[in-house]
Amino acid sequence: MWFPRLASDRALRARPVEAPFALTLRHASAERLSCRNAAAAALGLDPGMTLADARALCPDLLTAPADPPGDARFLGVLRRWATRYCPWVGTDGADGLVLDVTGAAHLHGGETAMLADMRARTARAGLTLRLGLGDTRGAAWALAHHGEGAAPPGDGLATLGPLPVEALRLAPQTVTGLQRLGLRRVADLAATPRAPLTRRFGPEPLARLDQALGRLPEPVAPEPDPPHYGLRLSLPEPIGRTEDVMAGAARLLATLCDKLHRDEAGARRLELTLRRADGGSQSIELRLASPMRDPHRILPLFARGVEAAEAGFGIDLLRLEATQVEDLPVQQLGGPVPAGRSAAALDDLITRIGTRIGLENVLRLLPADSHIPERAFSRAPAAYSRAETGWAAPRPRPLRLFPPEPIAASGSQPPARFRWRAMTLDTLRATGPERIAPEWWLPDETWRRGLRDYWRVETRQGRRLWLFHTPQQPGWFVQGEFA
Amino acid sequence: MRPNLHSFPLRPARVHEVCGPGATSFAAILAAGSTGPVLWIREDWQPETLNPQGLAPFFDPARLLLAQAPSQSDALAVAEEALRDGAVPLVVVEITRPLDLRQGRRLQLAAGTGGATGLCLIPEGMGSNAAETRWRATPHPAKTAGDSTVLRWEIIKNKSGTLGAWDVRWDDTAHRLHVVSPAGKRPGSAGAPG
Repeated sequence: MWFPRLASDRALRARPVEAPFALTLRHASAERLSCRNAAAAALGLDPGMTLADARALCPDLLTAPADPPGDARFLGVLRRWATRYCPWVGTDGADGLVLDVTGAAHLHGGETAMLADMRARTARAGLTLRLGLGDTRGAAWALAHHGEGAAPPGDGLATLGPLPVEALRLAPQTVTGLQRLGLRRVADLAATPRAPLTRRFGPEPLARLDQALGRLPEPVAPEPDPPHYGLRLSLPEPIGRTEDVMAGAARLLATLCDKLHRDEAGARRLELTLRRADGGSQSIELRLASPMRDPHRILPLFARGVEAAEAGFGIDLLRLEATQVEDLPVQQLGGPVPAGRSAAALDDLITRIGTRIGLENVLRLLPADSHIPERAFSRAPAAYSRAETGWAAPRPRPLRLFPPEPIAASGSQPPARFRWRAMTLDTLRATGPERIAPEWWLPDETWRRGLRDYWRVETRQGRRLWLFHTPQQPGWFVQGEFA
Repeated sequence: MRPNLHSFPLRPARVHEVCGPGATSFAAILAAGSTGPVLWIREDWQPETLNPQGLAPFFDPARLLLAQAPSQSDALAVAEEALRDGAVPLVVVEITRPLDLRQGRRLQLAAGTGGATGLCLIPEGMGSNAAETRWRATPHPAKTAGDSTVLRWEIIKNKSGTLGAWDVRWDDTAHRLHVVSPAGKRPGSAGAPG
C-alpha cells in the first residue's frame, strides 16, 4: 500500500480545500514543497520545488508547514488499522505499508475483493492510495509505485518486465547509470549478463531484482505494538463511597503493577478516570516523583484525589492508565546499602507534596556556571533532577537575594546613612568593592546599568546588607541581605 | 562545648519559631547541625530568593529542597505533610501571616507523629501560642570586630526550660557554632570558649 500524498492528505482531512495545496518544509535555508495535492500536481508542482518557484507557477497556492513526525505517527495509526487485513504489517519508508497477506486474503473474499475493500475504505477516509499485490515484497512495491495492479502468482518477470528500472527500489544514481547503458526496463536488466553488471554497479541492482522475483528472500518485519498500560473496571451497580472507589482502584492498580513489573517499567504519571452513572467523568492525575510500581505505595497517593472527586449519582466505571512510563529495572533487595528506603520515603513525600502544590514547585537548587550572583544557581524540579555539589563562592554572598531596590545615595563610597524599606540605617562598616561585570553575551534587563561594585555594609541597626553602586550610570541599590 | 546554649540544637519532634533579621542564618545553622535533606517551604509570590551560594558556608545546598506554595494555607499543609512523614528531619516554613492556635497545634501534633523538627520563620510579633520555643536572632554589630558574624540569639519563649540570651558566632572553616564569651573576649584569641 503506497500513500503518495500521505502528508497533504492528512492536512486536508483536518481542513479540506479544493484549490491547489502544498506542504512546505524548510530545507537548506529554502522553503521547499514536500507534498502537494492532486490539484497542485496537475499544475506541474513537484516536491522539492522551492516555494518561490511554485508561487510563480501558481499564485493562489495554499500552503501549510509540514510536520514529518506527525506524519510518521499517522502512518503508525494506519499500520494499526491495516492489521484488520492481516496480522503481519510493517511500514515501508515514510509513506508506505507492507502487508503479508499470505493466507489471509480469503477472509475478505479473495484478493480482488480485499483490494477493493482497501481502496473503498481509504477513499472514504480521504487518502490517496496506490496498491500493488505481488508474490514478493519487491514486486508489490514495484506495482504500487509504477503501474498499479496485482501480479498473478508464478512468473513474476512477465508482470514486472515492462516496468521501468526505478521500480526495483534502486538508488537514483544507479538508475541514471542503467538508463545510460540503455537498460530502461526490468526485462532488459534481467536479460543482461550478471557478472559485468555487478562489476559496474555493485551487487545492488541484481539483489533488488532477485528480491522482486523471489529468488532472494525479503521478510516483512512488523513493528511491535507499544505496550499499553490501561485497565478499566465496570461495575454492575454505581458506587459512591470513598472506600469503595479506593478498593476498585486497588484492584486495577494491582494488575497494572504486575504488568509494569513484567516489563521492568515504572509509572511516572497515572490517571484514574471515574465515570459517573449520569455520563459525566472526572479524572485524577497523579504525578510521581520517581518511577514506581509498588501498589501499596501508589494507592495512598490517590486518596486525596478520590476524596475530592464528586460521586454524584454514583460511579460505574473506573479506568486507570499509566500515561507516562519509564524504565525501572528490577533491583536486588537487602543489599548492604539500606539508603534506598529513605530515598524512597523522600520520593513518596515529594509526590504527596506535589499532588497539592504541583510537582514543578518542589525545587532543588543546582549550581550554574556564572559569576552573576542571581545566575549562579538554577532551579530544577526535584523529581526530575539529581542533587549536585560544587558550590564555590569567591567572596561571602548574602543569604537572601532580592530584585535590586534603589536607595538615595551618591558618590562611589557607601553612604553613611540611608533609608531602606522605611528604615533609616547607619553604616558601621563597609567591605568592598567587589566589581562584577555584566555578561555581555546574555543581555539582561536588570544589568542595563553596566558594571556593579558590590559592598558588604553592616549597619548600626543590625541589618547587614549587600549594596551595589553602578559607576557607569551612578546609582545605589540594595540586592541582598546577610541575615 | 557550648557552656550556656541550652535548648540548641532545638528539641526534635517539636515546632519552634524564630524571628528577627538573623532568622535565616539561625535556620541555616540549625540545618548545618542536622543530617539529611532540609525542606524549606515558602510562598511563591515572595520576591526574595534564598541564595544557595550564601547558604553554602553553613550547609551543602544539595541537601536543600525548596517547596513553593501558592498561599500560606498550602505552605502549612505541605509543612504538616512533611512533618508527619518524617522523611525530612528538618522542615523550615516561612510564615507571612500569624498562625492561629489550631494551625500551630496541628503542626505540633504532626511533628510529634513524624519525629521531625519544624522551624517557622515568623515576622516580629506573629508567634503562635503552640510553639515550643521562640527565638529572636539579631546580628550584633556593636560587639563585632573583624569578621561580621556575631549574632545575638535570645530565647523569648520556652515551654519547657528557661529563657536566655547568647552571642554566637558561626565559624565558616570549622563549620561549628561558637558561643562568644559575655565578657567581650574575642573568640579565636587565647581562651576561645567555643
